[in-house]
Amino acid sequence: MAPLDVTSDSIFWRVNDLTVSYGKALALSSVSIDIRKTGVTAIIGPSGCGKSSFLCCLNRLSEMIPGCCVSGRIEIQRENILATRFDSTSLRRRVGLIFQKPNPFPMSIRRNLELPLREHGMRDSREVDSTITRCLTEVGLWSEVKDRLDAPALSLSGGQQQRLCIARALVLKPDALLMDEPCSALDPVSTAVVESLIQSLSKNYTIVMVTHNLRQARRLGSDVAFFWMRDGAGMLIEAGSSDQIFNSPRHELTQRYVLGQVA
Amino acid sequence: MYYPPRSKDWLAHKLLLFSSRSAAAVSASVLVLAIAVVTLESLPAIRDIGLWRMLSDESWHPSSDSFGLAPMLLGTVLVTVLAIVIAAPLAVVSAVFRQFYAPRALGGIYRRLIELLAGIPSVVFGLWGLTVLVPLISRIEPPGASLLAASLVLALMILPTIELISATALADVPHHHYLAARALGLSREQAVWKVVMPSAVSGICAGTILGVARAAGETMAVMMVAGNVVQFPDSVFAPVRTLSANIALEVAYAVDLHRASLFASGLIMIIMTLFAFCCAEAIAHSRKSYRVGRA
Ligand SMILES: Nc1ncnc2c1ncn2[C@@H]1O[C@H](COP(=O)(O)OP(=O)(O)OP(=O)(O)O)[C@@H](O)[C@H]1O
Ligand SMILES: [Mg+2]
Repeated sequence: MAPLDVTSDSIFWRVNDLTVSYGKALALSSVSIDIRKTGVTAIIGPSGCGKSSFLCCLNRLSEMIPGCCVSGRIEIQRENILATRFDSTSLRRRVGLIFQKPNPFPMSIRRNLELPLREHGMRDSREVDSTITRCLTEVGLWSEVKDRLDAPALSLSGGQQQRLCIARALVLKPDALLMDEPCSALDPVSTAVVESLIQSLSKNYTIVMVTHNLRQARRLGSDVAFFWMRDGAGMLIEAGSSDQIFNSPRHELTQRYVLGQVA
Repeated sequence: MYYPPRSKDWLAHKLLLFSSRSAAAVSASVLVLAIAVVTLESLPAIRDIGLWRMLSDESWHPSSDSFGLAPMLLGTVLVTVLAIVIAAPLAVVSAVFRQFYAPRALGGIYRRLIELLAGIPSVVFGLWGLTVLVPLISRIEPPGASLLAASLVLALMILPTIELISATALADVPHHHYLAARALGLSREQAVWKVVMPSAVSGICAGTILGVARAAGETMAVMMVAGNVVQFPDSVFAPVRTLSANIALEVAYAVDLHRASLFASGLIMIIMTLFAFCCAEAIAHSRKSYRVGRA
């Protein structure tokens, strides 16, 4: 399926025949999709259809999950990132992952951002500080926490914690961000804040976001991919621009799903 | 909770409440009674000899009115500290291996082995120390029965305790912290030592101290290999006597002030254990604000 007719320069991930299974259970069968560099690609679909599993393959975090087996091809700049010789460490530096539940480390706010920088070899303290300031500003947290950088990160509100996690991914200057239902654990006000943050980040980063909220997908997504589950295995039904998926879907299933007509 | 009067539930509830309350009362009073007896019995020593003389007297010759406990106090502390220095790093590394490196099946077998090690009676360790370790050490520097031998035997005895508690502390750190670290491109080593370890360290310390508090009073095995000479050791190869060994060796024939001073050294050991427990408690709570955050 090549729904987006765009030149290969504008593609970040080129996913071909991706299949994911946990032990014997098939979670995702034969997914092929191109994900564009610009804008937000929203992934929608019912629970259990393999959205998170798909996301985890894009930075190879899937290899951390016991029993998870991945086959197929995922190319970034024509290189297959699923090849065993591909350096997954540098891949994860380039592709940040935001989890559904905010999960800052149980350390101070400053240490949360400093740790990845130091571990990736940044020595100069002034450079570390300026990076921290830049990233906290980027996620709109700087004015809220600048006086208490040494407070425990877990003392922040849920929305602030999620933005801190986004900042933590940003300190490594990634090209892309993966977000797994980034707002589903947040209240409406924090959700609005994080949503506008995602919107502004999408100007500079490739973003792939899983969401259960169709209105959110419509608001934020420039492209939308619709996953579905058939015989216990997840699959991609169709992908396209947000406008196309929501207004003139090719599949009846998509039509029914976006109109909320499936039980 | 509201229980309708006279129902079966109500009776069961009352019975349970009564039995758990009395069980708690019994164990609490046994503890209080034990401490009271030890204190009472050591009163003559504290009154007639005084704490200061017990610490400053040149030597331990109760028959000639000399009650210096200092060499044995030092012996106890040295044996314990050396045992921790040997056992704790090994135990922590072994726990990390089990939690993050070992394949599942191997980890399970390994855990069983450690649990078995924890269950071996201390006298068996003493026997091993006496027949294997002491001759080995005496080849390096006689007599063999020494501070080093006692520390090694004790280390072997507290190693499984510390290992099991450390592994539990590591397992208690939510897995998503580890995943988040890996998602940031950190290696397994970095994720374990920089992210998981700092969260587990208070649990590991508390566990170590608890294991040690138990070990400090470990008499039998240590007595079998320590040499039991009352002296300030001048090297790790010198024989030492610990407070608990002293009590076990002499209580059978001690009378009057001698007997009271043995009880006094028991009191000192209780206080040391109490102190260790307080430390463990303090460490366990010190990092809590970082771990728990807001409610
Ligand atoms: N660690 C795992 N071990 C075994 N099976 C798993 C694991 N993670 C996911 N699965 C299975 O794979 C399938 C897809 O799961 P996945 O989490 O990708 O779905 P999802 O679309 O993200 O669902 P949700 O919307 O509820 O988050 C499910 O059937 C699930 O049971
Ligand atoms: Mg999911």
